[in-house]
Amino acid sequence: MREVPVALRLIDRIQENHKTITLVLDHALDARPGQFCMLWLPGVDEKPFSIAGPDPLMFTVSRVGPFSEAAHALSKGDPIWVRGPFGTGWSVGPGRALLAGGGYGAAPLYFLARRLREAGAEVEAALGARTSADLLFMDRFGGLGLPVHAATEDGSMGAPGRVTDVVAPLLGSGRFDRLYACGPEAMLKALEARCRETHVAGELSHEAYMRCGVGICGSCERDARLVCMDGPVFSVPGGG
Amino acid sequence: MRHSGPIDLSCMIAGVRLPTPLVLASGIWGTSPTLLERAARTGAGAVTSKTCTPAPRRGHRNPTAIDWGHGLINAMGLPNPGAAEEVALLRDAARRLAALGVALIASIAADTVEEFGRTAAIVSDAGPALIEVNISCPNVESSHGEMFASSAEAAAAVTRQVKASTSIPCVVKLSPNVADIASIARAVAAAGADGITAINTMPGMLVDAESGAPILAHGTGGISGAALKPIALRCVHEITAAVGLPVIGTGGVLTGTDAVEMLSAGAACVGVGSAIVSRGEHALSLILEELKTWISERGYHGLDDIRGRSHRGAGAGAIITNPPPVPGWEKSRA
Repeated sequence: MREVPVALRLIDRIQENHKTITLVLDHALDARPGQFCMLWLPGVDEKPFSIAGPDPLMFTVSRVGPFSEAAHALSKGDPIWVRGPFGTGWSVGPGRALLAGGGYGAAPLYFLARRLREAGAEVEAALGARTSADLLFMDRFGGLGLPVHAATEDGSMGAPGRVTDVVAPLLGSGRFDRLYACGPEAMLKALEARCRETHVAGELSHEAYMRCGVGICGSCERDARLVCMDGPVFSVPGGG
Repeated sequence: MRHSGPIDLSCMIAGVRLPTPLVLASGIWGTSPTLLERAARTGAGAVTSKTCTPAPRRGHRNPTAIDWGHGLINAMGLPNPGAAEEVALLRDAARRLAALGVALIASIAADTVEEFGRTAAIVSDAGPALIEVNISCPNVESSHGEMFASSAEAAAAVTRQVKASTSIPCVVKLSPNVADIASIARAVAAAGADGITAINTMPGMLVDAESGAPILAHGTGGISGAALKPIALRCVHEITAAVGLPVIGTGGVLTGTDAVEMLSAGAACVGVGSAIVSRGEHALSLILEELKTWISERGYHGLDDIRGRSHRGAGAGAIITNPPPVPGWEKSRA
Protein backbone atom coordinates (compact mmCIF):
# COMPACT_ATOMS: atom_id res chain seq x y z
CA MET A 1 0.00 0.00 0.00
CA ARG A 2 1.14 3.57 -0.50
CA GLU A 3 1.52 6.41 1.97
CA VAL A 4 -0.87 8.58 -0.03
CA PRO A 5 -4.59 7.76 0.07
CA VAL A 6 -5.65 5.20 -2.54
CA ALA A 7 -9.25 5.02 -3.77
CA LEU A 8 -10.70 1.56 -3.16
CA ARG A 9 -14.21 0.41 -4.08
CA LEU A 10 -16.83 -0.96 -1.73
CA ILE A 11 -17.73 -4.49 -2.81
CA ASP A 12 -19.98 -5.06 0.19
CA ARG A 13 -21.54 -3.16 3.06
CA ILE A 14 -22.53 -5.47 5.88
CA GLN A 15 -24.98 -4.26 8.54
CA GLU A 16 -23.51 -5.63 11.79
CA ASN A 17 -26.00 -4.08 14.22
CA HIS A 18 -28.22 -1.02 14.56
CA LYS A 19 -25.27 1.41 14.45
CA THR A 20 -22.40 -0.56 12.96
CA ILE A 21 -21.47 -1.61 9.44
CA THR A 22 -18.50 -3.39 7.93
CA LEU A 23 -17.06 -1.95 4.74
CA VAL A 24 -15.61 -4.63 2.46
CA LEU A 25 -13.18 -3.26 -0.14
CA ASP A 26 -11.86 -4.59 -3.45
CA HIS A 27 -8.31 -4.93 -2.16
CA ALA A 28 -6.07 -7.35 -0.29
CA LEU A 29 -3.70 -5.65 2.14
CA ASP A 30 -0.49 -7.14 3.54
CA ALA A 31 -1.16 -6.26 7.17
CA ARG A 32 -0.82 -7.66 10.67
CA PRO A 33 -3.79 -7.88 13.02
CA GLY A 34 -3.85 -4.81 15.25
CA GLN A 35 -2.57 -2.45 12.57
CA PHE A 36 -4.74 0.40 11.34
CA CYS A 37 -5.38 2.47 8.24
CA MET A 38 -6.41 6.07 7.76
CA LEU A 39 -9.75 6.24 5.88
CA TRP A 40 -10.47 9.42 3.95
CA LEU A 41 -13.66 10.78 2.46
CA PRO A 42 -12.84 13.94 0.49
CA GLY A 43 -14.51 17.00 1.96
CA VAL A 44 -15.41 15.15 5.16
CA ASP A 45 -12.44 13.98 7.23
CA GLU A 46 -9.76 11.31 7.60
CA LYS A 47 -9.91 8.95 10.59
CA PRO A 48 -8.00 5.90 11.84
CA PHE A 49 -9.68 2.48 11.74
CA SER A 50 -8.40 -0.91 12.82
CA ILE A 51 -8.28 -3.57 10.15
CA ALA A 52 -11.11 -6.10 10.61
CA GLY A 53 -9.83 -8.31 7.80
CA PRO A 54 -6.99 -8.01 5.26
CA ASP A 55 -8.24 -10.04 2.31
CA PRO A 56 -10.62 -8.64 1.32
CA LEU A 57 -9.77 -5.51 3.26
CA MET A 58 -12.48 -4.77 5.83
CA PHE A 59 -13.18 -2.00 8.31
CA THR A 60 -15.95 -1.98 10.88
CA VAL A 61 -17.44 1.46 11.45
CA SER A 62 -19.85 2.47 14.22
CA ARG A 63 -21.92 5.61 13.73
CA VAL A 64 -20.46 8.11 16.22
CA GLY A 65 -19.79 11.35 14.33
CA PRO A 66 -19.71 13.17 10.98
CA PHE A 67 -17.10 10.87 9.38
CA SER A 68 -18.81 7.62 10.34
CA GLU A 69 -22.18 9.12 9.28
CA ALA A 70 -20.69 9.74 5.83
CA ALA A 71 -19.17 6.26 5.75
CA HIS A 72 -22.57 4.76 6.61
CA ALA A 73 -24.07 6.65 3.66
CA LEU A 74 -21.76 4.82 1.22
CA SER A 75 -23.25 2.19 -1.08
CA LYS A 76 -21.79 -0.80 -2.83
CA GLY A 77 -19.57 0.46 -5.68
CA ASP A 78 -18.68 3.76 -3.97
CA PRO A 79 -15.01 4.63 -3.40
CA ILE A 80 -13.32 5.25 -0.07
CA TRP A 81 -9.69 6.31 0.25
CA VAL A 82 -7.24 4.32 2.34
CA ARG A 83 -3.63 4.85 3.42
CA GLY A 84 -1.71 2.42 5.56
CA PRO A 85 -1.27 0.00 7.19
CA PHE A 86 0.32 1.82 10.12
CA GLY A 87 1.43 0.95 13.64
CA THR A 88 2.50 -2.16 15.41
CA GLY A 89 0.27 -5.18 15.51
CA TRP A 90 -0.48 -7.99 17.89
CA SER A 91 2.00 -10.85 18.15
CA VAL A 92 0.78 -14.05 16.56
CA GLY A 93 1.95 -17.45 17.73
CA PRO A 94 0.81 -20.67 19.34
CA GLY A 95 -0.28 -20.76 22.97
CA ARG A 96 -3.44 -20.18 24.94
CA ALA A 97 -4.95 -16.82 24.03
CA LEU A 98 -7.82 -14.90 25.56
CA LEU A 99 -9.32 -12.15 23.42
CA ALA A 100 -11.31 -9.37 25.11
CA GLY A 101 -13.32 -6.91 23.04
CA GLY A 102 -15.41 -3.98 24.18
CA GLY A 103 -17.89 -2.55 21.65
CA TYR A 104 -16.38 -2.27 18.16
CA GLY A 105 -13.06 -3.45 19.61
CA ALA A 106 -14.35 -6.87 18.56
CA ALA A 107 -13.57 -6.13 14.88
CA PRO A 108 -9.74 -6.18 14.89
CA LEU A 109 -9.82 -9.09 17.35
CA TYR A 110 -11.71 -11.13 14.76
CA PHE A 111 -8.82 -10.66 12.31
CA LEU A 112 -6.45 -11.64 15.14
CA ALA A 113 -8.50 -14.73 16.07
CA ARG A 114 -8.23 -16.08 12.54
CA ARG A 115 -4.45 -15.54 12.46
CA LEU A 116 -3.99 -17.09 15.92
CA ARG A 117 -5.97 -20.16 14.86
CA GLU A 118 -3.81 -20.51 11.74
CA ALA A 119 -0.75 -20.35 14.02
CA GLY A 120 -2.10 -23.20 16.14
CA ALA A 121 -3.18 -21.19 19.16
CA GLU A 122 -6.04 -22.14 21.47
CA VAL A 123 -8.35 -19.15 21.43
CA GLU A 124 -11.27 -18.03 23.59
CA ALA A 125 -13.06 -14.71 23.23
CA ALA A 126 -14.96 -12.45 25.61
CA LEU A 127 -17.08 -9.72 24.07
CA GLY A 128 -18.93 -7.01 25.90
CA ALA A 129 -21.38 -4.24 25.09
CA ARG A 130 -24.18 -2.22 26.67
CA THR A 131 -27.03 -4.41 25.39
CA SER A 132 -27.40 -7.54 23.27
CA ALA A 133 -28.25 -5.26 20.33
CA ASP A 134 -24.87 -3.59 20.69
CA LEU A 135 -22.83 -6.80 20.78
CA LEU A 136 -20.69 -7.18 17.69
CA PHE A 137 -19.28 -10.18 15.80
CA MET A 138 -20.77 -12.81 18.16
CA ASP A 139 -21.75 -14.95 15.16
CA ARG A 140 -18.43 -14.36 13.38
CA PHE A 141 -16.45 -15.52 16.42
CA GLY A 142 -18.93 -18.37 16.87
CA GLY A 143 -18.34 -19.31 13.24
CA LEU A 144 -14.67 -19.90 14.02
CA GLY A 145 -15.79 -22.61 16.43
CA LEU A 146 -14.14 -21.09 19.48
CA PRO A 147 -15.68 -20.50 22.93
CA VAL A 148 -17.24 -17.03 23.14
CA HIS A 149 -18.18 -15.41 26.45
CA ALA A 150 -20.59 -12.47 26.28
CA ALA A 151 -21.28 -9.72 28.78
CA THR A 152 -23.97 -7.03 28.55
CA GLU A 153 -24.46 -4.21 30.98
CA ASP A 154 -28.26 -4.69 30.94
CA GLY A 155 -27.94 -8.46 31.19
CA SER A 156 -29.85 -9.01 27.93
CA MET A 157 -27.24 -11.52 26.75
CA GLY A 158 -24.51 -13.47 28.49
CA ALA A 159 -23.25 -12.43 31.89
CA PRO A 160 -24.69 -9.22 33.30
CA GLY A 161 -21.98 -6.59 33.65
CA ARG A 162 -18.91 -5.52 31.77
CA VAL A 163 -16.51 -7.62 29.73
CA THR A 164 -13.88 -7.00 32.41
CA ASP A 165 -16.09 -8.87 34.91
CA VAL A 166 -15.97 -11.91 32.64
CA VAL A 167 -12.28 -11.61 31.81
CA ALA A 168 -11.01 -11.10 35.38
CA PRO A 169 -11.74 -14.67 36.60
CA LEU A 170 -10.60 -16.15 33.27
CA LEU A 171 -7.23 -14.41 33.68
CA GLY A 172 -7.02 -15.76 37.22
CA SER A 173 -7.77 -19.32 36.10
CA GLY A 174 -4.24 -19.97 34.86
CA ARG A 175 -5.63 -21.24 31.56
CA PHE A 176 -4.19 -18.42 29.44
CA ASP A 177 -0.69 -17.33 28.39
CA ARG A 178 -1.71 -14.05 26.86
CA LEU A 179 -4.53 -11.51 26.83
CA TYR A 180 -5.29 -9.55 23.68
CA ALA A 181 -7.70 -6.67 24.13
CA CYS A 182 -9.27 -3.80 22.24
CA GLY A 183 -11.89 -1.45 23.61
CA PRO A 184 -12.54 1.73 25.58
CA GLU A 185 -9.75 3.23 27.68
CA ALA A 186 -11.38 2.39 31.04
CA MET A 187 -11.69 -1.27 30.02
CA LEU A 188 -8.03 -1.41 28.95
CA LYS A 189 -6.93 0.23 32.18
CA ALA A 190 -8.81 -2.37 34.24
CA LEU A 191 -7.40 -5.21 32.13
CA GLU A 192 -3.86 -3.88 32.38
CA ALA A 193 -4.16 -3.93 36.19
CA ARG A 194 -5.62 -7.44 36.09
CA CYS A 195 -2.76 -8.65 33.82
CA ARG A 196 -0.25 -7.37 36.35
CA GLU A 197 -2.08 -9.06 39.24
CA THR A 198 -2.31 -12.40 37.47
CA HIS A 199 1.10 -12.22 35.68
CA VAL A 200 -0.55 -12.85 32.32
CA ALA A 201 1.13 -11.01 29.44
CA GLY A 202 -1.19 -8.49 27.82
CA GLU A 203 -1.28 -6.82 24.43
CA LEU A 204 -3.73 -3.96 24.56
CA SER A 205 -4.82 -1.92 21.54
CA HIS A 206 -5.58 1.73 22.30
CA GLU A 207 -7.56 4.37 20.50
CA ALA A 208 -6.36 7.95 20.12
CA TYR A 209 -7.11 11.09 18.18
CA MET A 210 -4.76 10.98 15.21
CA ARG A 211 -3.59 13.43 12.61
CA CYS A 212 -0.52 12.33 10.62
CA GLY A 213 -0.67 8.60 11.40
CA VAL A 214 3.07 8.26 10.75
CA GLY A 215 4.66 9.33 14.04
CA ILE A 216 5.58 12.93 13.40
CA CYS A 217 2.92 15.31 14.69
CA GLY A 218 2.59 14.08 18.28
CA SER A 219 -1.22 14.41 18.35
CA CYS A 220 -1.79 10.86 19.59
CA GLU A 221 0.67 10.94 22.50
CA ARG A 222 -0.19 8.75 25.46
CA ASP A 223 2.27 8.57 28.38
CA ALA A 224 5.28 9.62 26.27
CA ARG A 225 4.39 7.11 23.59
CA LEU A 226 2.91 7.70 20.15
CA VAL A 227 -0.17 5.55 19.63
CA CYS A 228 0.23 5.65 15.82
CA MET A 229 3.90 4.64 15.72
CA ASP A 230 4.73 2.90 19.02
CA GLY A 231 1.20 1.43 19.21
CA PRO A 232 -1.69 1.12 18.86
CA VAL A 233 -0.86 -2.20 20.56
CA PHE A 234 1.03 -1.77 23.84
CA SER A 235 2.39 -4.68 25.88
CA VAL A 236 1.98 -5.45 29.54
CA PRO A 237 4.75 -7.79 30.64
CA GLY A 238 3.66 -11.15 32.03
CA GLY A 239 5.66 -13.46 34.27
CA GLY A 240 6.43 -13.01 37.95
CA MET B 1 45.71 11.61 6.88
CA ARG B 2 42.95 10.47 9.19
CA HIS B 3 42.03 12.33 12.34
CA SER B 4 42.34 10.15 15.41
CA GLY B 5 41.39 12.40 18.33
CA PRO B 6 37.83 12.99 19.50
CA ILE B 7 35.73 15.10 17.16
CA ASP B 8 34.08 18.11 18.72
CA LEU B 9 30.56 18.46 17.36
CA SER B 10 29.41 21.13 19.80
CA CYS B 11 28.44 24.46 18.31
CA MET B 12 27.20 27.93 19.21
CA ILE B 13 23.93 29.45 18.11
CA ALA B 14 23.02 32.96 19.27
CA GLY B 15 25.20 32.67 22.37
CA VAL B 16 23.90 29.22 23.33
CA ARG B 17 26.24 26.24 23.23
CA LEU B 18 24.69 23.07 21.84
CA PRO B 19 26.30 19.65 22.53
CA THR B 20 25.52 18.56 18.96
CA PRO B 21 24.66 20.57 15.86
CA LEU B 22 21.32 18.82 15.35
CA VAL B 23 18.15 20.72 16.21
CA LEU B 24 14.77 18.99 16.27
CA ALA B 25 12.60 21.18 14.05
CA SER B 26 9.41 22.73 15.34
CA GLY B 27 6.22 20.73 14.93
CA ILE B 28 7.78 17.31 15.36
CA TRP B 29 6.13 15.51 18.27
CA GLY B 30 4.25 18.62 19.38
CA THR B 31 4.84 20.19 22.75
CA SER B 32 4.62 17.13 24.95
CA PRO B 33 7.51 17.45 27.47
CA THR B 34 8.01 13.69 27.54
CA LEU B 35 8.20 13.46 23.73
CA LEU B 36 10.61 16.39 23.53
CA GLU B 37 12.76 14.62 26.12
CA ARG B 38 12.58 11.45 24.04
CA ALA B 39 13.83 13.40 21.01
CA ALA B 40 16.59 14.97 23.10
CA ARG B 41 17.82 11.52 24.05
CA THR B 42 18.34 10.58 20.37
CA GLY B 43 21.20 13.03 19.79
CA ALA B 44 19.68 16.49 19.52
CA GLY B 45 21.67 19.51 20.64
CA ALA B 46 18.43 21.43 20.89
CA VAL B 47 14.75 20.65 20.45
CA THR B 48 12.14 23.08 19.22
CA SER B 49 8.61 22.95 20.58
CA LYS B 50 5.51 23.13 18.42
CA THR B 51 4.66 26.75 17.65
CA CYS B 52 2.34 28.28 20.21
CA THR B 53 0.00 31.17 19.58
CA PRO B 54 -1.63 33.67 21.98
CA ALA B 55 -4.95 31.79 21.95
CA PRO B 56 -5.55 28.02 21.61
CA ARG B 57 -5.92 26.69 18.06
CA ARG B 58 -7.64 23.45 17.08
CA GLY B 59 -5.76 23.20 13.82
CA HIS B 60 -7.12 22.01 10.49
CA ARG B 61 -9.25 18.96 9.79
CA ASN B 62 -7.59 15.78 8.48
CA PRO B 63 -5.86 14.91 6.23
CA THR B 64 -3.21 17.17 7.72
CA ALA B 65 0.03 15.39 6.80
CA ILE B 66 0.91 13.07 3.94
CA ASP B 67 4.16 11.25 3.15
CA TRP B 68 3.90 11.63 -0.65
CA GLY B 69 7.08 9.90 -1.75
CA HIS B 70 9.74 12.62 -1.80
CA GLY B 71 9.07 14.06 1.62
CA LEU B 72 6.07 15.24 3.56
CA ILE B 73 3.44 17.82 2.95
CA ASN B 74 1.51 19.11 5.93
CA ALA B 75 -1.11 21.62 6.91
CA MET B 76 -1.61 21.05 10.60
CA GLY B 77 -2.82 24.62 11.12
CA LEU B 78 -0.70 25.23 14.24
CA PRO B 79 -2.80 23.23 16.71
CA ASN B 80 -1.67 24.26 20.19
CA PRO B 81 -3.15 24.91 23.61
CA GLY B 82 -2.30 28.62 23.59
CA ALA B 83 0.65 30.39 25.19
CA ALA B 84 -0.79 30.51 28.72
CA GLU B 85 -1.33 26.73 28.77
CA GLU B 86 1.82 25.95 26.88
CA VAL B 87 4.13 27.80 29.23
CA ALA B 88 3.66 25.08 31.87
CA LEU B 89 4.51 22.38 29.32
CA LEU B 90 7.57 24.34 28.22
CA ARG B 91 8.69 24.75 31.82
CA ASP B 92 8.47 20.98 32.31
CA ALA B 93 10.28 20.40 29.00
CA ALA B 94 13.04 22.87 29.89
CA ARG B 95 13.61 21.08 33.20
CA ARG B 96 13.80 17.65 31.54
CA LEU B 97 16.15 18.91 28.81
CA ALA B 98 18.43 20.77 31.23
CA ALA B 99 19.20 17.44 32.89
CA LEU B 100 20.42 16.18 29.50
CA GLY B 101 22.33 19.35 28.58
CA VAL B 102 20.03 19.87 25.61
CA ALA B 103 18.66 23.33 24.81
CA LEU B 104 14.95 24.11 24.48
CA ILE B 105 13.84 26.42 21.69
CA ALA B 106 10.30 27.74 22.16
CA SER B 107 8.53 28.51 18.91
CA ILE B 108 5.92 31.26 18.80
CA ALA B 109 3.56 32.77 16.23
CA ALA B 110 0.83 35.42 16.32
CA ASP B 111 -1.51 37.42 14.12
CA THR B 112 -0.20 40.86 14.99
CA VAL B 113 3.12 42.47 15.80
CA GLU B 114 1.88 43.32 19.32
CA GLU B 115 0.74 39.74 19.98
CA PHE B 116 4.13 38.42 18.90
CA GLY B 117 5.66 40.53 21.66
CA ARG B 118 3.08 39.43 24.23
CA THR B 119 3.53 35.73 23.34
CA ALA B 120 7.31 36.05 23.55
CA ALA B 121 6.97 37.52 27.03
CA ILE B 122 4.66 34.69 28.15
CA VAL B 123 6.87 31.82 26.93
CA SER B 124 9.96 33.53 28.35
CA ASP B 125 8.65 32.60 31.80
CA ALA B 126 9.42 28.96 30.97
CA GLY B 127 13.10 29.81 30.53
CA PRO B 128 13.81 28.43 27.05
CA ALA B 129 17.37 28.87 25.78
CA LEU B 130 16.07 30.50 22.61
CA ILE B 131 12.79 31.73 21.18
CA GLU B 132 12.08 30.87 17.56
CA VAL B 133 9.88 33.50 15.97
CA ASN B 134 7.77 31.71 13.38
CA ILE B 135 6.75 34.38 10.88
CA SER B 136 6.62 31.91 8.01
CA CYS B 137 3.97 29.20 8.58
CA PRO B 138 2.35 28.67 5.17
CA ASN B 139 -0.80 27.10 6.61
CA VAL B 140 -2.55 29.74 8.68
CA GLU B 141 -4.64 32.64 7.56
CA SER B 142 -3.73 35.58 9.76
CA SER B 143 -5.48 38.91 10.17
CA HIS B 144 -2.19 40.32 8.91
CA GLY B 145 -3.18 38.95 5.49
CA GLU B 146 0.11 37.40 4.49
CA MET B 147 3.10 35.87 6.23
CA PHE B 148 5.18 38.42 8.14
CA ALA B 149 8.13 36.72 6.43
CA SER B 150 6.86 37.99 3.06
CA SER B 151 8.08 41.52 3.55
CA ALA B 152 11.27 42.96 5.01
CA GLU B 153 9.31 45.67 6.86
CA ALA B 154 6.84 43.26 8.52
CA ALA B 155 9.58 40.77 9.41
CA ALA B 156 11.64 43.55 10.97
CA ALA B 157 8.65 44.94 12.89
CA VAL B 158 7.97 41.53 14.49
CA THR B 159 11.65 41.07 15.30
CA ARG B 160 11.88 44.48 16.98
CA GLN B 161 8.72 43.84 19.01
CA VAL B 162 9.89 40.42 20.19
CA LYS B 163 13.34 41.75 21.06
CA ALA B 164 11.73 44.51 23.13
CA SER B 165 9.57 41.97 24.97
CA THR B 166 12.14 39.43 26.15
CA SER B 167 15.76 39.16 27.13
CA ILE B 168 15.99 35.63 25.72
CA PRO B 169 17.88 35.41 22.39
CA CYS B 170 15.60 35.12 19.36
CA VAL B 171 15.99 33.31 16.07
CA VAL B 172 13.60 34.31 13.30
CA LYS B 173 12.28 31.57 11.02
CA LEU B 174 12.15 32.63 7.38
CA SER B 175 10.14 31.41 4.41
CA PRO B 176 11.62 30.19 1.13
CA ASN B 177 8.54 31.51 -0.67
CA VAL B 178 9.85 35.04 -1.19
CA ALA B 179 11.56 36.80 -4.09
CA ASP B 180 14.71 37.71 -2.17
CA ILE B 181 15.34 35.92 1.10
CA ALA B 182 18.64 37.78 1.63
CA SER B 183 16.81 41.11 1.89
CA ILE B 184 14.46 39.66 4.55
CA ALA B 185 17.48 38.30 6.40
CA ARG B 186 19.17 41.74 6.32
CA ALA B 187 15.99 43.35 7.68
CA VAL B 188 15.63 40.97 10.66
CA ALA B 189 19.37 41.25 11.35
CA ALA B 190 19.10 45.05 11.43
CA ALA B 191 16.06 44.73 13.72
CA GLY B 192 18.12 42.85 16.28
CA ALA B 193 17.58 39.15 15.60
CA ASP B 194 20.15 36.91 17.27
CA GLY B 195 19.92 34.24 14.59
CA ILE B 196 17.85 32.88 11.74
CA THR B 197 16.15 29.57 11.13
CA ALA B 198 16.00 28.81 7.43
CA ILE B 199 13.77 27.56 6.11
CA ASN B 200 10.13 26.89 6.85
CA THR B 201 8.25 24.55 4.52
CA MET B 202 7.55 25.49 0.90
CA PRO B 203 3.87 25.80 -0.09
CA GLY B 204 2.61 23.00 -2.28
CA MET B 205 -0.42 20.88 -2.98
CA LEU B 206 -1.40 17.29 -3.55
CA VAL B 207 -4.40 16.48 -5.73
CA ASP B 208 -6.07 13.09 -5.68
CA ALA B 209 -6.36 11.87 -9.27
CA GLU B 210 -9.46 9.79 -8.61
CA SER B 211 -11.63 12.49 -7.03
CA GLY B 212 -9.80 15.55 -8.31
CA ALA B 213 -9.89 16.88 -4.76
CA PRO B 214 -6.96 18.41 -2.89
CA ILE B 215 -5.80 15.72 -0.45
CA LEU B 216 -5.03 18.03 2.47
CA ALA B 217 -8.23 19.36 4.05
CA HIS B 218 -6.63 22.82 4.02
CA GLY B 219 -6.01 22.48 0.28
CA THR B 220 -2.40 23.60 0.27
CA GLY B 221 0.34 22.64 2.70
CA GLY B 222 4.03 22.96 3.39
CA ILE B 223 6.55 20.70 1.65
CA SER B 224 9.38 19.32 3.78
CA GLY B 225 11.81 16.44 3.50
CA ALA B 226 13.92 15.40 0.51
CA ALA B 227 12.15 17.68 -1.97
CA LEU B 228 12.97 20.74 0.14
CA LYS B 229 16.75 20.24 0.44
CA PRO B 230 17.99 22.08 -2.68
CA ILE B 231 15.74 25.03 -1.85
CA ALA B 232 16.98 25.10 1.75
CA LEU B 233 20.63 24.92 0.67
CA ARG B 234 20.15 27.84 -1.71
CA CYS B 235 18.41 29.92 0.98
CA VAL B 236 21.03 29.18 3.65
CA HIS B 237 23.82 30.02 1.20
CA GLU B 238 22.17 33.31 0.24
CA ILE B 239 21.40 34.29 3.84
CA THR B 240 24.88 33.56 5.15
CA ALA B 241 26.36 35.49 2.24
CA ALA B 242 24.19 38.47 3.23
CA VAL B 243 24.34 38.57 7.04
CA GLY B 244 26.68 37.45 9.79
CA LEU B 245 23.97 35.90 11.97
CA PRO B 246 24.14 32.20 12.86
CA VAL B 247 21.63 30.11 10.88
CA ILE B 248 19.82 26.93 11.87
CA GLY B 249 19.82 25.30 8.41
CA THR B 250 16.62 23.32 8.09
CA GLY B 251 15.07 21.52 5.15
CA GLY B 252 15.52 18.02 3.82
CA VAL B 253 18.37 16.91 6.06
CA LEU B 254 17.95 13.13 6.15
CA THR B 255 21.57 11.89 6.35
CA GLY B 256 24.94 12.91 7.73
CA THR B 257 25.98 13.95 4.24
CA ASP B 258 22.92 16.20 4.02
CA ALA B 259 24.06 17.79 7.31
CA VAL B 260 27.56 18.31 5.86
CA GLU B 261 25.99 20.01 2.85
CA MET B 262 23.90 22.29 5.08
CA LEU B 263 26.93 23.25 7.17
CA SER B 264 28.92 23.76 3.99
CA ALA B 265 26.25 26.18 2.79
CA GLY B 266 26.97 28.21 5.90
CA ALA B 267 24.60 26.89 8.59
CA ALA B 268 25.78 27.14 12.20
CA CYS B 269 23.72 24.09 13.06
CA VAL B 270 21.23 21.84 11.34
CA GLY B 271 17.48 21.37 11.79
CA VAL B 272 15.99 17.90 11.37
CA GLY B 273 12.28 17.10 11.05
CA SER B 274 10.88 14.90 8.31
CA ALA B 275 13.79 12.46 8.72
CA ILE B 276 11.89 11.13 11.73
CA VAL B 277 9.40 9.65 9.24
CA SER B 278 11.79 8.47 6.54
CA ARG B 279 14.43 7.02 8.90
CA GLY B 280 12.48 6.38 12.07
CA GLU B 281 12.62 7.83 15.54
CA HIS B 282 16.39 7.37 15.83
CA ALA B 283 17.01 9.54 12.76
CA LEU B 284 18.97 12.12 14.74
CA SER B 285 21.39 9.61 16.22
CA LEU B 286 21.90 8.03 12.77
CA ILE B 287 22.59 11.43 11.21
CA LEU B 288 24.95 12.35 14.05
CA GLU B 289 26.97 9.14 13.64
CA GLU B 290 27.13 9.60 9.87
CA LEU B 291 28.29 13.19 10.34
CA LYS B 292 31.02 12.08 12.76
CA THR B 293 32.19 9.37 10.37
CA TRP B 294 32.21 11.77 7.42
CA ILE B 295 34.33 14.26 9.33
CA SER B 296 36.80 11.73 10.75
CA GLU B 297 37.26 9.89 7.43
CA ARG B 298 38.48 13.12 5.89
CA GLY B 299 40.84 14.02 8.69
CA TYR B 300 38.82 17.02 9.79
CA HIS B 301 38.58 18.03 13.43
CA GLY B 302 35.12 19.45 13.69
CA LEU B 303 32.36 21.53 12.22
CA ASP B 304 34.51 24.62 11.64
CA ASP B 305 36.47 22.68 9.02
CA ILE B 306 33.39 22.19 6.86
CA ARG B 307 31.21 25.20 7.62
CA GLY B 308 30.68 27.78 4.88
CA ARG B 309 32.70 26.05 2.19
CA SER B 310 30.04 26.73 -0.48
CA HIS B 311 31.00 30.41 -0.25
CA ARG B 312 34.51 29.73 -1.53
CA GLY B 313 33.05 29.13 -4.95
CA ALA B 314 33.67 26.30 -7.37
CA GLY B 315 36.85 27.58 -8.99
CA ALA B 316 39.77 25.18 -9.44
CA GLY B 317 41.90 25.01 -6.33
CA ALA B 318 39.25 26.62 -4.14
CA ILE B 319 37.82 23.32 -2.92
CA ILE B 320 39.88 21.54 -0.33
CA THR B 321 38.82 18.05 0.63
CA ASN B 322 40.26 14.70 1.37
CA PRO B 323 37.72 12.03 0.34
CA PRO B 324 38.27 8.59 1.82
CA PRO B 325 39.15 5.72 -0.52
CA VAL B 326 36.13 3.86 -1.83
CA PRO B 327 36.52 0.24 -0.72
CA GLY B 328 36.52 -2.25 -3.57
CA TRP B 329 36.73 0.25 -6.44
CA GLU B 330 39.48 -1.71 -8.18
CA LYS B 331 37.22 -4.74 -8.29
CA SER B 332 34.40 -2.75 -9.89
CA ARG B 333 36.77 -1.66 -12.69
CA ALA B 334 37.97 -5.18 -13.36
